[in-house]
Amino acid sequence: MAMQWLNVILQGVLIGGLYAMFAAGLSLIFGVMRLVNIAHGDLIVLAAYVALLVTQGLGVDPLTSLLLVTPIMAAIGYALQRGLLNYTLGDDLLPPLLVTFGLSIIIQNGLLELFTADSRKLQAGAIEIQTFQVAQGIWIGVLPLIQFAVAVAVIAGLQALFYKTALGRAFRATSDDQAVAQLMGLDTRHVFAMAMALSLAIIAIAGVFLAVRTNFDPAIGPARLIFGFEAVIIGGLGNMWGTLVGGVILGVSQAIGAQIDPGWQLLAGHIVFLAILAVRPQGLFPKVSG
Amino acid sequence: MPDPLLEVRAIDAYYGDFQALFGVSLRVNAGEVVAVIGANGAGKSTLLKSIAGLIRPKAGDIVFDGEPIGVAPAFAVVKRGIALVPEGRRLFPSLTVEENLLIGGQSRRPGPWTLDRVYDLFPVLAERRHLPAPALSGGQQQMAAIARALMSNPRLLLCDEISLGLAPIVVRDIYARLPAIVAEGLSLIVVEQDIAQALKAARQVYCLQEGRIALQGAARELTRESILAAYFGV
Repeated sequence: MAMQWLNVILQGVLIGGLYAMFAAGLSLIFGVMRLVNIAHGDLIVLAAYVALLVTQGLGVDPLTSLLLVTPIMAAIGYALQRGLLNYTLGDDLLPPLLVTFGLSIIIQNGLLELFTADSRKLQAGAIEIQTFQVAQGIWIGVLPLIQFAVAVAVIAGLQALFYKTALGRAFRATSDDQAVAQLMGLDTRHVFAMAMALSLAIIAIAGVFLAVRTNFDPAIGPARLIFGFEAVIIGGLGNMWGTLVGGVILGVSQAIGAQIDPGWQLLAGHIVFLAILAVRPQGLFPKVSG
Repeated sequence: MPDPLLEVRAIDAYYGDFQALFGVSLRVNAGEVVAVIGANGAGKSTLLKSIAGLIRPKAGDIVFDGEPIGVAPAFAVVKRGIALVPEGRRLFPSLTVEENLLIGGQSRRPGPWTLDRVYDLFPVLAERRHLPAPALSGGQQQMAAIARALMSNPRLLLCDEISLGLAPIVVRDIYARLPAIVAEGLSLIVVEQDIAQALKAARQVYCLQEGRIALQGAARELTRESILAAYFGV
């Protein structure tokens, strides 16, 4: 019995890595430009379809397809920011909300037109069912483990980029004070576009892992957006490692809920989210303000 | 008269419908320190922001080193060699002191100013390089803001109210280092409410009053009475 619960929690932790990847790009964009990207979930689904085309077109496996899907999504992100979203930014939070909401609808319907409402899945082959036993009664899937390891690497990479590179410095400076960032020679339109490119590169990874793990269709984006939001808010805005913890808490809550009753999976996640929001509205690990 | 490094020709600048500058003209020669004085709201900061590209003048021209820059955005103006030390310092609070300086240097203009050189000029910054910017005192933050601007190796440095909110002894300390900056071939525009300090530092003085130039001349030739009259509009 105890082993069964341990197993449930472990699976929840591993899926939490995926949620953290949903959340990381969202958190990055809000942190750098105070833009709440309502289309985030639909962009994850878009990445899954791009991966579907790449895997089918080139006959490569989904993880290899990331070599192409990631730069494609990053390029889409850069273009989207330069061509559209930069024009919505200003003192008012509403225009970017409305525009990304519209974008969400456009992506969903565009995908529906192109790919129909049929559910799809990326086939990763034998790796999908490979597992190994870590203890008596505890089995870990190879793919969920890879997914979690990639999530940790993505978070660590983001953290390093933010605090160790010139681009990260530019992100933080622009987030602090746009006008002065420009006085330092930073073209904030370019800085924002780089942030969106990075966000969509993470989305590409998240989208491929999502599409290998589960069926997807054009309508599943908004629920991924909610998972991403919940992970960000549980973890505390502006803290990347907190986002990972937030994803894990959400994943574990859902797994426990599903174990109690299969219908409770999502409900359990939302309840834990609301409970944390009620007790600690700033999240568990808010950024220490300087 | 040699070609000036900077020539502002009759600019009008607005905040929305509010006109802040009316036909303001100003010249800065290479290696010269120019002071812009005036009461609160006279348009001093607006003038600097217009030169730095943060505000686009609706009329008139700004010519820097023979080329018009009036419509260039701020990030492009820095690359031409104009750096602004903004009013209130405005260091990046989530960056360390050194990161603030590195951001200043990220336009990669060649020139004499490097991390080592600005640390020579303001040794206290070297000691505190790894602290978050808000941990500095007001005077140190002002030094960091000047150092950050120098890191872009400007030919023209715009200083907006560097004495604001600082103890007189700190102000004297900071002003005492300006000659070392000018010695590197920079020109300076200092905007000041502290008239005495400005007159000591500058060769040319412009006095703004309600968005118009009320008085201009060589610092040593202006009389106290004429400055006070222009300053207060009496």
